[in-house]
Amino acid sequence: MFAREEDVLEAAARWRREGRAVALATVVETWGSAPRPVGSHLAIDGEGNFLGSVSGGCVEGAVVAEAAEVIAQGAPRLLEFGVADATAWQVGLSCGGRIAVYVEKVD
Amino acid sequence: MKLAVLEALNAERAARRPTLLVTELGSGRQRVVRPAEIAGDPLAEPLTEALRTGRSRLVEAGNERLFLTVQVPSPRLVITGAVHISQALAPMAASAGFTVIIIDPRTAFATPERFPAIDLRAEWPDVVLPELRLDAFTAFAALTHDSKIDDPALVEALARECFYVGALGSRKTHAARLERLAAQGLAREALARIHAPIGLDIGAVSPAEIAVSILGEVIADLRRRAPARERAA
Repeated sequence: MFAREEDVLEAAARWRREGRAVALATVVETWGSAPRPVGSHLAIDGEGNFLGSVSGGCVEGAVVAEAAEVIAQGAPRLLEFGVADATAWQVGLSCGGRIAVYVEKVD
Repeated sequence: MKLAVLEALNAERAARRPTLLVTELGSGRQRVVRPAEIAGDPLAEPLTEALRTGRSRLVEAGNERLFLTVQVPSPRLVITGAVHISQALAPMAASAGFTVIIIDPRTAFATPERFPAIDLRAEWPDVVLPELRLDAFTAFAALTHDSKIDDPALVEALARECFYVGALGSRKTHAARLERLAAQGLAREALARIHAPIGLDIGAVSPAEIAVSILGEVIADLRRRAPARERAA
């Protein structure tokens, strides 16, 4: 289903109320050309289902994997993706921009 | 994020009230700040700026990096006229992120069969509009060609500072409309805000093409022009 920003936050709350483990990812900073604006959300549940986007599909896989660890450990993480981080991350943004994504557990 | 914080954000958005969330990225601590509470907040200055522009942003305070999430009401598109153009416009606008409401007292037009899954009000605008509480995050398009329906709605949309106000009709039709509205006492500056002929000039012919031109114009005003929303904030 196509999701609007508010649908993502509604889904995150609904999933949590249903007892699912939930993490919320937010684009907090962008440099250069970035696919999604600051403030964009991705909601992820404990089974790796997700709604929304923080990039055009370039880094969602990595954010979902990090979200599983944030859910397990509880502490938030700040992730950076971009061409400059090619050695640290296997994924990057083909548009050449960089983004910072904050991932937090909903509890 | 505490579920209670998330629920508070969702509730404020559902009530169409602007809201801010401050997140300390190091500790993960968060607080919801409502516009009336900004003045007393240690981050009053960046919060005011964030609310004014509607843009979420990162700020630094001392050694702390904080993210300010700005949540403004989601855009709505209110249309008078359950007409052919509206049948194309409503689903397009909905998928572009607008909450769409169509008003038309003519029950032959306003049928669920013609508008599946659209919020359709088979009532006169003066009955429906007060409860809809038009605001600076709402776009209004008058599409009936019937002044008895469109005129009162246009007056309300201008008074409520809708960020976009458009009216279907030729230049001649619009000139007559301006005369009627001026005779009702509307100021020239207010009347100048009406987009007419409605829609971007893309040579649209079919109802669906006209819908694209209207939606393009609405989005341009939403994204490029903040003043009306700044006044509301």
